Amino acid sequence: MGERKIRVLIAKPGLDGHDRGAKVVARALRDAGMEVIYTGLRQTPEQIVTAALQEDVDVIGLSILSGAHMTLVPRVMQLLQEKGLQDVVVFVGGIIPQEDIPKLKALGVAEVFLPGTLLEQIVHVVRQSVKRSLQTSE
Amino acid sequence: MTTREMTSHLEEALSRWEEQTLRPTLARLPERAAEFTTTSLRPIKRLYTPLDVQHLDFERDIGFPGEYPFTRGIHPTMYRGKLWTMRQFAGFGTAFDTNKRFKYLLEQGQTGLSVAFDLPTLMGLDSDHPLAEGEVGKCGVAVSSLEDMEVLFDGIPLEDVTTSMTINAPAAVIFAMYLVVAEKQGADWKKISGTIQNDILKEYIAQKEWIYPPAPSMRLIVDTIAFCTREVPRWHPISISGYHIREAGATALQELAFTLRDGIEYVEWCVRAGLDVDAFAPRLSFFFNCHNDFFEEIAKFRAARKVWARVMRERFGARDPRSWMCRFHTQTAGCSLTAQQPYNNVVRTTIQALAAVLGGTQSLHTNALDEALALPTEFTAMLALRTQQIIAHESGVVNTVDPLAGSYFVEALTNEMEQGCYEYFEKIDAMGGMIAAIERGFPQKEIQEAAYRYQQAVDRREKIIVGVNEYVLEKEPIEVPILYIDESVAEIQKERLRRLRAQRDNTRVRRTLEALKEAARGTENTMPYILECVRAYATLGEICDALKEVFGEYQEPPF
Repeated sequence: MGERKIRVLIAKPGLDGHDRGAKVVARALRDAGMEVIYTGLRQTPEQIVTAALQEDVDVIGLSILSGAHMTLVPRVMQLLQEKGLQDVVVFVGGIIPQEDIPKLKALGVAEVFLPGTLLEQIVHVVRQSVKRSLQTSE
Repeated sequence: MTTREMTSHLEEALSRWEEQTLRPTLARLPERAAEFTTTSLRPIKRLYTPLDVQHLDFERDIGFPGEYPFTRGIHPTMYRGKLWTMRQFAGFGTAFDTNKRFKYLLEQGQTGLSVAFDLPTLMGLDSDHPLAEGEVGKCGVAVSSLEDMEVLFDGIPLEDVTTSMTINAPAAVIFAMYLVVAEKQGADWKKISGTIQNDILKEYIAQKEWIYPPAPSMRLIVDTIAFCTREVPRWHPISISGYHIREAGATALQELAFTLRDGIEYVEWCVRAGLDVDAFAPRLSFFFNCHNDFFEEIAKFRAARKVWARVMRERFGARDPRSWMCRFHTQTAGCSLTAQQPYNNVVRTTIQALAAVLGGTQSLHTNALDEALALPTEFTAMLALRTQQIIAHESGVVNTVDPLAGSYFVEALTNEMEQGCYEYFEKIDAMGGMIAAIERGFPQKEIQEAAYRYQQAVDRREKIIVGVNEYVLEKEPIEVPILYIDESVAEIQKERLRRLRAQRDNTRVRRTLEALKEAARGTENTMPYILECVRAYATLGEICDALKEVFGEYQEPPF
């Protein structure tokens, strides 16, 4: 299993078209040796979870800058539960007010990355979280 | 002395300085970096001298303000005659909420309105559409019908304010709603003024809020431009925008070149549709970003005017000097602001606003310090406006026209920007124009590449961002209060729509929508038909869907 690359789905739920962050992060994770699939814009939570299942990913990165995170993230988390994908590590990135961060983490989101986060930090946290998730599930 | 003698004299003087003064200094105290670059990673030389501008001719390249090629400004007196319009972008929640914010901003001395719509509205969806869930009123105000528009401008006389509306894919519909509100107030369409963004090309390139494929989208834009030249002559029917291109990660040059090339595309389509270039070109307007790199931004604005003047006169043969003028709005760079130590953002915004003013902008939006966290509160919105007022009334930079002209550095950089633009134009022309370039992902890929290179430079600390990769604090010293939009906005909107659909004349709605589809299938101007739908209280979603039936939807090609 040590040979398997970390598989990541970068997804953009909601209506906003700001995909700069999603694309830069996707490329950084790819450059760090991970397999990255980018969903494209305006994906519903259902489409994202279906893609996660089909692509057999370890990680989902949700990029949201529209303010709809408290509607969209709970739905993604719930659908992951329903499909038995609770081991998939979920990250959120975008414009997220401080007070929503604990709420998102309580839903099971591993980390929330705000504007200004360095790529090396995202790569590091993704690697660590996947390692932890694999250990707990084994 | 002849020019050649002068040049060789200067070259000798420069070599002497390098040898006698510079070299010993560098030996003792090397420079902090091997290369110094702008925010766009453009290399900047240690020193600029007359040698860097020797190929420029004062009258041909720099000249006088208010005259071709307008490098120094579009008005002869610039801010001595009239300050720029202070136009803060605002919108959130319901039309009632935003109407209140507009009145507050006008009381605080703001001189023009600028409407931010929420994402469902930008996508042509009503507030009760399933895809709108969680998005209603969040990034801007929710407007689903004429009824919402009436509330939005309640108590604001439309003949007396100028209104800018950031709306693109459904621009014709939102504009029609504004016109009908004006009509109901008894305002004369010939007297109202303002701007609709109406720039679909930069949506495909960067902002990505599209509905229809390129050709029918361009037709809607030509329709609004043609309609305005006849019926609403003081309106700016398009604001050709670089702002979003820059926010998506473009360099200053890419922002400039892609925006102006978009402008060329619109002019070509209008001319092809039979419009006389001088009948509509004076109403075209532009919208640029202003990032941190002070001189690069100023050079960009000066080059924009120069390039556009040349394009309009030489490429399109426009004869009216007003057709040659690049008039533009500027917004400070949202992407430059940080969630960390957000109060630092006031300083960033001040530097950017100053560059926009020194670059000769016609109107300006300064971002609020909480931009990287949420929409601005009343307090942060006021502080952003005060920043402009301090520049206007206390800094003294408004006292003379284009004060940086003649700087060896600024003139050399302005010229580099201009030449860089022509190189991009050549590439895009060779691809068959901007739409062909977009279809093959050319500008999109250029921007993605630039965004990634910039982020890498930040990661490697080649570019320092205060509070982010240097001078970092473990704990934020001050908490910033946030404007929070809850789901009650969506509930209010759903109820208003339910009531509207029950109470309006639905036969008239169906009839006007059918007539619009018929017009869309043909070649007639669609604006009068859209106006009829709006007058019947057809909703934004219904009108956009009717056009979708005829035009289809755009799918972004993968790249």
